[in-house]
Amino acid sequence: MKEIRYIWAINEALKEEMERDEDVVLIGEDVGIPGGAFGASRGLYDRFGPERVIDTPISEAGIMGLAAGAAACGLRPIVEIMFMDFMTICMDGIVNQIAKMRYMFGSQYTVPIVIRTPAGGGLNAGPQHSQSLEAWFAHVPGLKVVMPGTPYDVKGLLKSAIRDDNPVIVVENKTLHALKGPIPEQEYLVPIGKADIKKQGTDVTVVATSRMVHEALKAADILGQENINIEVIDLLSISPWDKETVLNSVAKTHRLVIAHEAVKSFGVGAEISAVVAEEIMEELDAAIMRVGAPFVPIPFSLEKAYLPNADDVIKAVKRTLERTF
Amino acid sequence: MQKPGKKKLIQFYEKMVTIRRVEEKLMEVFSNGEIPGFIHACIGQEATPVAVCSHLKDTDYVSATHRGHGHALAKGINLRLFMAELFGKKNGFCRGRSGSMHLADRNLGILGANGIVAGGIPIATGTAFASQYKKTGQVTVCFFGEGASDEGTFHESLNIASLRKLPIVYVCENNGWAQFTPQAIRLPVNNVADRAAGYNISGVVMPNDFFKIYEEAGKAVERARKGKGPTLLEVKSTRWYGHFVGDAQKYRSQKDITAARSEDCIRNLENKLIEGKILQKQDVERIDKRIHEEIEEAINFARESPFPDDSELMKDLYA
Repeated sequence: MKEIRYIWAINEALKEEMERDEDVVLIGEDVGIPGGAFGASRGLYDRFGPERVIDTPISEAGIMGLAAGAAACGLRPIVEIMFMDFMTICMDGIVNQIAKMRYMFGSQYTVPIVIRTPAGGGLNAGPQHSQSLEAWFAHVPGLKVVMPGTPYDVKGLLKSAIRDDNPVIVVENKTLHALKGPIPEQEYLVPIGKADIKKQGTDVTVVATSRMVHEALKAADILGQENINIEVIDLLSISPWDKETVLNSVAKTHRLVIAHEAVKSFGVGAEISAVVAEEIMEELDAAIMRVGAPFVPIPFSLEKAYLPNADDVIKAVKRTLERTF
Repeated sequence: MQKPGKKKLIQFYEKMVTIRRVEEKLMEVFSNGEIPGFIHACIGQEATPVAVCSHLKDTDYVSATHRGHGHALAKGINLRLFMAELFGKKNGFCRGRSGSMHLADRNLGILGANGIVAGGIPIATGTAFASQYKKTGQVTVCFFGEGASDEGTFHESLNIASLRKLPIVYVCENNGWAQFTPQAIRLPVNNVADRAAGYNISGVVMPNDFFKIYEEAGKAVERARKGKGPTLLEVKSTRWYGHFVGDAQKYRSQKDITAARSEDCIRNLENKLIEGKILQKQDVERIDKRIHEEIEEAINFARESPFPDDSELMKDLYA
C-alpha cells in the first residue's frame, strides 16, 4: 500500500489506462501543457504528446459532440469538464446525443466516453462553480454516474469507467482532491454499480455519497460515544446504484438516512428513499430522513451555513431514532 | 479532377430522381397515416447530397440533418431497409428506434440524421478527429442547413476543425428557411460561407447546380483527404415544400414558394444530359418507371415487415 492524494490517484488512473490502450485520449480545457485546472493531468502531455492530450478552446458543447463522434468510431475519449456547473453548457451532447446513440441507433454504435468533472462547494467558488448536479444525469437513461470519495475508489472507479463501453460521468468533489489515502501498489479496479460499506453498524443505515461519506464517518464516531452504532454505506455509483446492498442493510437496521451534498429536493436521496419505501416498507421502523443542501444557490459568503455536514447527519440519525413507528 | 463519364452521370441522375420519388412517396404514405411522427422532405435539394457523396467511399462518414433522407440515399443506403426503418419496423437499420429523424447505417458511415439542429456538426467533427488520430484516410462530410449555423456548436466545431486541420467538409444546404423563419431575419451576412474567414478556412458559395457542387465538393474532399483541413461549402438551395410534411406554410408567400419550385436541380441536370446526348427522352421515362417500381417494392417490403416486439423496449440500453 502507498499513501496518495485523491488528485494523484486520478492522475495514476489516467496514466495507466492511456498506457494500456492507445485509443484512450484526453480532451479538455487546460488539460495539456497546464496539466488541468486542478492538476489531474499533470505530466500526461509530456508523456503522451499533443495527439493524445488535447487542449481545446473553451467550447464545452463542441468538445462533448466531438467526443461522441470520436467514440462512435473507435476512440475512448476522456473529457474533462473543469467544473460540473459547466456540464450545463454541453447538455445536448450529453443528454440528446451521447446518452441515446446506442439505443436510438439500434446498438449500431457504442460510445465509450468518460466525463470527469469536479463538483461541490467548499472553495467559496460561488453559485456557478460549486454545484452538485449528479441527479440531473442519473435521471437520463443511457448514462452511468459515479461519485468516488476516496483516493482508492476514484482510481479504481475511473479505470473501470475508462474500460466501460458506455458513457460514464465521474463526479469528483473538489474538496477531496487534496485528501490522502491508501491505495495498493498493484493494479486494481473498483466495479461500477457496487456500493461499499465503509463502516458496519446495527442501528441506522446511512447511505452517503462523495464528501458526505466522510461527514457520515465523522458522525459515526460521535454517535458511537452515545452508543448509537450506524452503518455507513458509500454508494459510489449513483446510476446504476447498488440497491441490493442498501436494501440488505435497511433490512438489518430498519432505519435509513441518506446524505448528499446536492440540493435535497428531487435528489438522489429522494430516489433511494422512494425505492426503499416501495420495496421494503415493512422493514422500516421509522421515517426515512434525508440530509442535503437547502433549496437555494450556493452563496459565496454563506457556504458554511449551506453545506450539509456531520452535524446534519447526527441530527437526522437521532430524528429517525426518535420517530419510531 | 476527372470529369464524370457518361455512365456515372446517369447514375447520379438516377440517384437524384430516386431521392425525389422517395420523398414524394413518403409524403403520400405519411399523409395517409401509414407513418406516424414527423417527415421532413428534401425535395428541391437533391443535387447537393448526390454531388457531394459521389466523391466519398463507403468507409467515409456523413452526418445528416432532420431533413436527411437524401443524405442517406446518396451515401448508398439500402432502400428496402431504409423504408423499413421509416415505417418503424424491426428489420430497419435501427430496429425501428430511429424512424426518419435519427436514421443511421454504421456500415456505410452514416452517423445518423439528427433531431437537434446542429447536433450532428460537433459529432461529425469528432469522427474526423478519430480518422485523423487513427490515420485511416477517411473523410467526414457534415451536412447542415443554414439555420444550424445560428447555433453555437457550428462556431465551436469549425474553430476546432480548423485548429487541428481535421479531414472534414462542412456542407451548408441553404434553403433560405429555418423551419418557419426566413434567412433575412436570422443572418446578418448574405452567405454562411463568408463565416469561413473567421476560422481561417476556405468558404465557397455555389448555386443549386449539380456540376458546380460536384466540382467544389471534389476539391474539398480531396483537400480533406490530403490532410489539408476543412472546407465550408454553401449551396444556395431551395425548399419546395414546408418544414415538415403537412406544414401549411402560412408564414410563407406564394411568390416565394413559386420561386423555389421554379428552380429544379433535377430538371436542370436532365436538360444538360439530354443536350449532351447522354440521355434521351425515352431514357428519362424508363428510368422514372424503374425507380417507381423499386420504391413501390421497398414500400411493400416495409409494410409487410414486422414491428419490434414490446419485449424489445428495455433491451440494449447499455453495452
